Amino acid sequence: MNFRVLLKFVCFQWLIVLILGSSVISAAEIRVLNWQGYGTDEAWALEMFKARTSIEVVHDYFNSEQEMLTKLRTNPGVYDVVLINSAYTGQAAEEGLIEAIETTGMANVGDLSPSMRNDPKLVTDGKTYGVAWVWGVTSFAVDTGDFQQTPDSIEALWDPKNAGRVGWRDDAVEAVQLAAVALGQDINNPSDMNAIRQKLRALKPQIRTFWSSEDEWNQFFSANEFDLATYWSGSASRSKNTFGLPVEFVLPQEGAIGWLDGLSIPTNAPNRNEAKAFINFMIDPDFYVKWDTEVGAPTSANAKAVSMLPADAFNRTALSDSKKVAKVQFMGPMENALREEIVELWQETKAYFQN
Amino acid sequence: MNQRAAVLSLISPAYLWLTLTILLPLSAMLYYSFLSDVPIGNREVSWTLENYGTFFEKAFYSELMLRSFKLGAEVTAFCLLLGFPCALALSKSIGGRTKEALFLLIILPFWSNALVRIFSWTMVLRGNGILEYSINWLLPGTGPLGLMFTYPAILLGLVHSYLPYMILTCYISIDAIDNQLLEAARSMGAGKLTILFRLIVPLALPGIVAGSVLIFIPVIGSFMEPRLLGGRNGTFIGTIIEDQFTAVFNWPLGAALSFIMMGLVLLVLLGFSPIVRRFK
Repeated sequence: MNFRVLLKFVCFQWLIVLILGSSVISAAEIRVLNWQGYGTDEAWALEMFKARTSIEVVHDYFNSEQEMLTKLRTNPGVYDVVLINSAYTGQAAEEGLIEAIETTGMANVGDLSPSMRNDPKLVTDGKTYGVAWVWGVTSFAVDTGDFQQTPDSIEALWDPKNAGRVGWRDDAVEAVQLAAVALGQDINNPSDMNAIRQKLRALKPQIRTFWSSEDEWNQFFSANEFDLATYWSGSASRSKNTFGLPVEFVLPQEGAIGWLDGLSIPTNAPNRNEAKAFINFMIDPDFYVKWDTEVGAPTSANAKAVSMLPADAFNRTALSDSKKVAKVQFMGPMENALREEIVELWQETKAYFQN
Repeated sequence: MNQRAAVLSLISPAYLWLTLTILLPLSAMLYYSFLSDVPIGNREVSWTLENYGTFFEKAFYSELMLRSFKLGAEVTAFCLLLGFPCALALSKSIGGRTKEALFLLIILPFWSNALVRIFSWTMVLRGNGILEYSINWLLPGTGPLGLMFTYPAILLGLVHSYLPYMILTCYISIDAIDNQLLEAARSMGAGKLTILFRLIVPLALPGIVAGSVLIFIPVIGSFMEPRLLGGRNGTFIGTIIEDQFTAVFNWPLGAALSFIMMGLVLLVLLGFSPIVRRFK
């Protein structure tokens, strides 16, 4: 009898040791800063990553590039990985918010398309400040239930037939750049701000509401608050695949805004090596193919990963059509003075929108 | 002398608390409002009045400020119109259990988060939402109401959020009015309206003023309700200030706009104080 009690006691002790021990072992935890629902926070992906490396991943989110920069500035040493639109990578590096990444030992970096891996927006003086992750375009998406024929011009957003049915992202830079695309101007250095001002003002009867996150976009779309709205290519395929919404993304004849998103490591990140392992996993074909086919994603910067997609995948067909892609203007870095002018122009326009 | 020391020692914790929680953060914001940039990282910052100048340079800032003040006045007026009769009835006509139950119903919304309340309004107001669906069920053929993303939608959400303040402050001052006073007026032949406007309203004025101030000030700076319910029509000075802090990282301009708003609110309150004093 006594022996059994002793045995139970010993077992119980071992159990406690195991529980404590496992919590110490799995203590490696990295903090990722990204848009919500943008790949890095897919539950299945984090399970897959944990099974491979036993690293836990927690998330924090932002709703605009400026909010992301603010979070990096005000919380140094908190985040391990941050998603940065390559148009802002140079600024973040210059401010000392992110550090150069030693990419040797990151197995998948070799498979990235050389033009994106070495993009001058991500690489300065031979130092990689952001690992190219995915790229895509910003234009607009329509409700296929309301459009028998998908429009092929960005002017659909200004078409009086769609008055009061347009959703628009409340973001100064994106608003001005979309107007620049419609007017055939350079999105990174608009030549005629007055024309852009008039073009944006013409949206007053068109816009029903503003959206600020993908989640909000899906809610408004499902509630039929808008029939067409500005959107991001990767998000559109997610809305279609994961949420089953009748969404069709449009790559207009006038062109669109192109962007390349990179993953960076903030200065003094507490878990630098774990962060590198996570970034390497994010550009792994195993992750990307599943992300794009089951959830919906922008186009991977990893050429090998894209070639492994099914032959009819949107990211292999629509965006590999070189004629259409040739008209896409990629977002580049922007001078502060121009950014301030754009922000003020957009706020003035929003004031003009009031009834 | 001894008494003064006692008073000081009793008051000082409250003042210390106020200094820590209000004065310090506020002076930090005042400091920011005179800077050329946010002093984070290795940015060069200098003293400037430019942030205050921007407000006067660009007409749209003052247009939006005016719009916010108009919103504040309208929400306060609706709260008064709805809240005062409610408080009067609660205090003078209803008693016992019913009164307790009604009070509970008034305070109940306060137990939920403000964001949740506004989100539920979006579900009620939106196209084919609860309200439109019920009205079309009762009266077929009414068609869409188109309330969502309009100015009235913002009014509705804000009035609902702030009405309890008005009811509670009015109730307290109406309840303090001696019933014998009202009976005396009635016995001397005063009509119902005379009693209301010559007796009850002047005596309840402290409650009305307190309620109005409690509503007017936060509504002017509100940004969450206009954003969620107003859509394209939801731009106010509050949302512009919020943009400066979260979307464009221009804290100095956001701080300057906040202080201009605070100054204008103080001016409005000062303008009203002689009227209040005369009634007293």
